[in-house]
Amino acid sequence: MASRPRTLYEKIWDAHEVERREDGTSILFIDRHLVHEVTSPQAFEALRLSGRKVRRPELTLAVPDHNLPTTARIDAAGKRIPIADVESAQQLAALERNAPEFGVRYIGPTDINQGIVHVVGPETGFSLPGATIVCGDSHTSCHGGVGALAFGIGTSEVEHVLATQTLLLKQSKTMEIRVEGELLPGVTAKDLILHIIGVIGTAGGTGHVIEYRGKVFEDMSIESRLTVCNMSIEGGARAGLVAPDEKTFAYLKGREYAPRGEDWERAVAWWSSLRTDEGATFDKSVVINAADVQPTVTWGTSPEDTVAIGGVVPAPESFADPSKQKAAQASLDYMGLTPGQKMTDIEVQNIFIGSCTNSRIEDLRAAAKVLKGRKKADNVKWAIVVPGSGLVKHQAEEEGLDKIFIEAGLEWREPGCSACLGMNPDKVPAGERCASTSNRNFVGRQGPGARTHLVSPAMAAAAAVTGRLTDVRELVD
Amino acid sequence: MEPVRQVEGRAYPFGMKNVDTDIIIPAHWLKTISRDGLGRGAFEALRKDPANVFDRDDVKGAPIIVAGDNFGCGSSREHAAWALLDMGVKAVIAPSFSDIFSGNAFKNGILTVVLPQEAIDRLMEVAETDPITIDLESQTVTTPFQDRFTFEIDSFRKHCLLEGLDEVGLTLARGDAISAYEARQAKDMPWFAKGTALAA
Repeated sequence: MASRPRTLYEKIWDAHEVERREDGTSILFIDRHLVHEVTSPQAFEALRLSGRKVRRPELTLAVPDHNLPTTARIDAAGKRIPIADVESAQQLAALERNAPEFGVRYIGPTDINQGIVHVVGPETGFSLPGATIVCGDSHTSCHGGVGALAFGIGTSEVEHVLATQTLLLKQSKTMEIRVEGELLPGVTAKDLILHIIGVIGTAGGTGHVIEYRGKVFEDMSIESRLTVCNMSIEGGARAGLVAPDEKTFAYLKGREYAPRGEDWERAVAWWSSLRTDEGATFDKSVVINAADVQPTVTWGTSPEDTVAIGGVVPAPESFADPSKQKAAQASLDYMGLTPGQKMTDIEVQNIFIGSCTNSRIEDLRAAAKVLKGRKKADNVKWAIVVPGSGLVKHQAEEEGLDKIFIEAGLEWREPGCSACLGMNPDKVPAGERCASTSNRNFVGRQGPGARTHLVSPAMAAAAAVTGRLTDVRELVD
Repeated sequence: MEPVRQVEGRAYPFGMKNVDTDIIIPAHWLKTISRDGLGRGAFEALRKDPANVFDRDDVKGAPIIVAGDNFGCGSSREHAAWALLDMGVKAVIAPSFSDIFSGNAFKNGILTVVLPQEAIDRLMEVAETDPITIDLESQTVTTPFQDRFTFEIDSFRKHCLLEGLDEVGLTLARGDAISAYEARQAKDMPWFAKGTALAA
């Protein structure tokens, strides 16, 4: 095609354009579609009503995650325990009915492969570099960590993909986030992405697809890249991605749905060409100095409300924009914080380690490293660790991480979305705080009146130990 | 989908910035398998305040919301669009919208009208006492006070809204082009074509 230098995003887009209409709208082919129980019932119902079928059932994978309780799923007799909440049970039942009816592969609640869609996709090799991946969930941006173009869609689009295996879209603008230098010791991918969102704001990436560039991302593990890309949507970008490399290929090789034999060789050859060309230009470019990034936490009710752990709660007047001043005041009222208060003086009563952002094995290892041989503080009333999938859970148990958590006084749970959004019974009580490794600190996100501080897994573990937001570097080297 | 040409009536002078979809419809309302009835949960947390704009007698049931920057950010839940529709909202006017929300709104026939902050400030004043008219054909927002603001809209979306077109039907009509792509992909990138058929 065109010989002009192209970005990674443009290369993936070009390889999937079925046709472009005169008005600039394209039909884009979708390689992988993940479906969960919350945003799919109305889409399957629409297909049923219009007598349409799923065009390519083998390109869709259905996994329940949002509603599932994270308590035991099988009783002593080996029987599946039904979900007590009537509506949650009904939503699960709808997916269990729809998947086989439309010929879609389904991973049920007691299957070891069950987990959060965004954990399951990469770890089963369903998510591949250079693929177009969609799901009725905004954190689909996550899969950009393996070099895919992945983005969240609404239920009408879920229906569109099921029926046509395509979407009608206009090409997005491109945005480069280049991080220069190296991260300081004790600073993680989560701290970096929180810092980035603090810099660009929650609308900073609107209309754009972000490519994360620089040595920091090249040096990162795939799981850390997934964490970074996961929160692209919190910066307003529907998708974010990191160029696939040898690490990506090594991560995927041999996984259940990853290509094999000659297909694998051919795939790697093409994937290796998926990098932004020398001389390609981005519509927007942001440069971050890695050395500026400290362990980072949020103080307010928007993911852009970030501050270094050594910092203080900001005063609303410190913001130039009058509407931001107003929003900051409302956030402080909701969060029960006062300007000037030291972040490390904020006590937390709840700890949540989990979510599609931070529930992979590396995340659990990072938390366990801090918790090993320690106990949670007495003021921490509720602390749960929710692995991202059955496979992660199994791996963690092999490594004895579950014992470390339990001995420290944390609960070891079954996989799912859990307290990230509290659609299942895992909620933070009104007025209480939670140091949470999830992705959104919105008003009421973890339960009505709940106060969320977004942190990394190591920082959540540190908060569990001291009972307040804490610089993890004080506890471990 | 019903064709959309004009939205006229009172507007909620909301004005809030960064309205996320958890504010529009909290997660516990997402446990439905239907698209209907979500209006009851719309803006639930804000409506606990008796002085909230959505329960103000003179604007209750208004078809338009005037809001601040970055409306609909956060989750991809289409329930946000369904909730607005269920409470009778057919258009939102704001300086900017999140990408996913504006797509969801469009697919449900809700207009997302982008106007600069100055226009929003003026419409917030008008909305306190008087109706607003949005005309899609001429791409204008007008008030009884001779205010007239023009807005941009994607030509494909405008066409679909005016004609009430079903996107799935439109794309299915291009089935041959999709088949041709699939044949190319099966040859050039066979590893994508197998999907879950590769299961051990």
